[in-house]
Amino acid sequence: MTVLTYITDLYNTFFATRSRAINTVFVTVISLLALFAVPTLANEYWLQAILIPFLIFALAALGLNLLTGFAGQLSLGTGGFMAVGAYSAFKMTTAWPELDIIAVFLISGFFAAGVGILFGLPSLRIKGFYLAVATLAAQFFLIWLFNRVPWFYNDNPSGTITAPPRTFAGVMITGPEAAAEVRYLVALVLLAVFVFFSWNLMRSRFGRAWMAVRDMDVAAEIVGIPLLRTKLLAFGVSSYLCGVAGALFVFLYLGSAETIAFDVNISFLVLFMIIVGGLGSITGSIIGAAFITILPIFLTNLNPILGIDLAVDLAKHIEVIIFGGLIIVILILEPHGMARLIQVSRERLRI
Amino acid sequence: MSAEARGGHPTPGEPMLSVEGIVLRFGGVQALAGVEFTIHAGEICAIIGPNGAGKTSMLNVLNGAYQPSEGVITFKGRSRRRMHPRTAAQEGMARTFQNVALFKGMSTLDNVMAGRNLKMHSNFVACLLPAGPARAEEARHRAYADEVISFLEIEDIRNVPVGRLPYGLQKRVELARALAAEPDLLLLDEPMAGMNRGEKAEMCRFILETKARFGTTMALIEHDMSVVMELSDHIIVLDYGRKIADGTPEEVRNDQTVIDAYLGVATEDDD
Repeated sequence: MTVLTYITDLYNTFFATRSRAINTVFVTVISLLALFAVPTLANEYWLQAILIPFLIFALAALGLNLLTGFAGQLSLGTGGFMAVGAYSAFKMTTAWPELDIIAVFLISGFFAAGVGILFGLPSLRIKGFYLAVATLAAQFFLIWLFNRVPWFYNDNPSGTITAPPRTFAGVMITGPEAAAEVRYLVALVLLAVFVFFSWNLMRSRFGRAWMAVRDMDVAAEIVGIPLLRTKLLAFGVSSYLCGVAGALFVFLYLGSAETIAFDVNISFLVLFMIIVGGLGSITGSIIGAAFITILPIFLTNLNPILGIDLAVDLAKHIEVIIFGGLIIVILILEPHGMARLIQVSRERLRI
Repeated sequence: MSAEARGGHPTPGEPMLSVEGIVLRFGGVQALAGVEFTIHAGEICAIIGPNGAGKTSMLNVLNGAYQPSEGVITFKGRSRRRMHPRTAAQEGMARTFQNVALFKGMSTLDNVMAGRNLKMHSNFVACLLPAGPARAEEARHRAYADEVISFLEIEDIRNVPVGRLPYGLQKRVELARALAAEPDLLLLDEPMAGMNRGEKAEMCRFILETKARFGTTMALIEHDMSVVMELSDHIIVLDYGRKIADGTPEEVRNDQTVIDAYLGVATEDDD
């Protein structure tokens, strides 16, 4: 294929219709803002407490959404698969300090993918809630494993893993001295790359096979889709993304962590993100992650802004009540999540 | 030359599929008790019979959804003791279901494209990219899928999720998905069930046009006798899991066993 046909091909992919052109402009504007404006404008608190965890959770949500929203395999093992990524990144970078840290992140995903495929094996026989329980077993087993085998945290008496200082192209990316802007940009670029790949993958034969298995596995089999291979690939790809997210969670956000950082709450949190954002929607994963990570912080800051003086613990309780209430309201308004809500409003406005 | 010698593509008139001594048991119940018949290439073969005669079970045995306890299935010159749904698809068998088995969350186009998945071979890495060999393959197959879509006159609903479509159109999308696989043998389980007269006539036309245009061999289950007589070249009558008649529509219409077991009921009602 010549360069010219490749370019026309690319052009057709992005600008074939008006709505695609609008999407492209939108994505470009957001990317430019995220790349250049945000790191200069946002302060340390915004980057460290809001934007970095948002990006990392968006990656984990993307991973889970590929498995649950697209391939229809309910999983509660997200926290466990993230832990596999985090611990393998820690083991690799402490064993081979000279290994490029970005490469470490990318390779750590493969360990998570392997574990994900292993725990995805029962999916041929069991479905729905039963599969969720099986993945929950994976969650508990993996956390137990990382707790009980000191080898995973290099026999550290405190039982924690700590991100050592590592550079990429001369810039400090991890460790106590790494700037928040740099960590933000690394997370942003990795998320963007994986969103881009996922977007293409879902429009290929693999994405269709996943959705076919989700919608009706009997029919998928009679059109010749291999069920086990398709489901295991979904587990593999999903766990890969969750694994990378787990590595980033420790190395770019927490700095150091124990297994408690990856407990079952994380699995539920990421599941909430994709339900609120929209099952089977890539944008939905990001919107859901934004909603779940940013809204509580917004609510916390609402009282001082409005000038209401509440006791700290009372404010915290009200915050949780409002947060839960909003999730229910959104799901009643649009059971298919916020991505669908946006899509419907766009159709109404004809843009 | 035999079908096997030419790499398994029977020419019209040669046996496409034959079964011998098929026995299927569910617990103590015998759904099929030693059925044998042959479907020849290029024909439309109707499998009829009263409710519970074992018609759908027979179709399920043919494409491997059920495993018979006894018997041999010979498809395109290759004999097997049992089929597997995926093998059947790979060998060129496609089917539709009595109660529509579509991918409800996917668009009409995606459903039809899913019917072609066995013909697509792009590797995983190529599929991650927005252009290149995987996209080129995708475009080629989309062109064929669009041909099938316009053949069945469902262009208007090309991008609509099929879950939102009325039943009659879903049946047509399901036929489109099966045709997209370019099958040698198409199994249709009650393609006109639950349709009104107009929709039935339309579906009849599509089935006949499919035969004319693609030369697809078809085996269909149908209850409406006028439809069966109009469409089929060959009729197999099942009753209580046994074959009671096998022949041209003319022969079957005049067969006394068939009249007694099945058509006779209608005659008595008329009196």
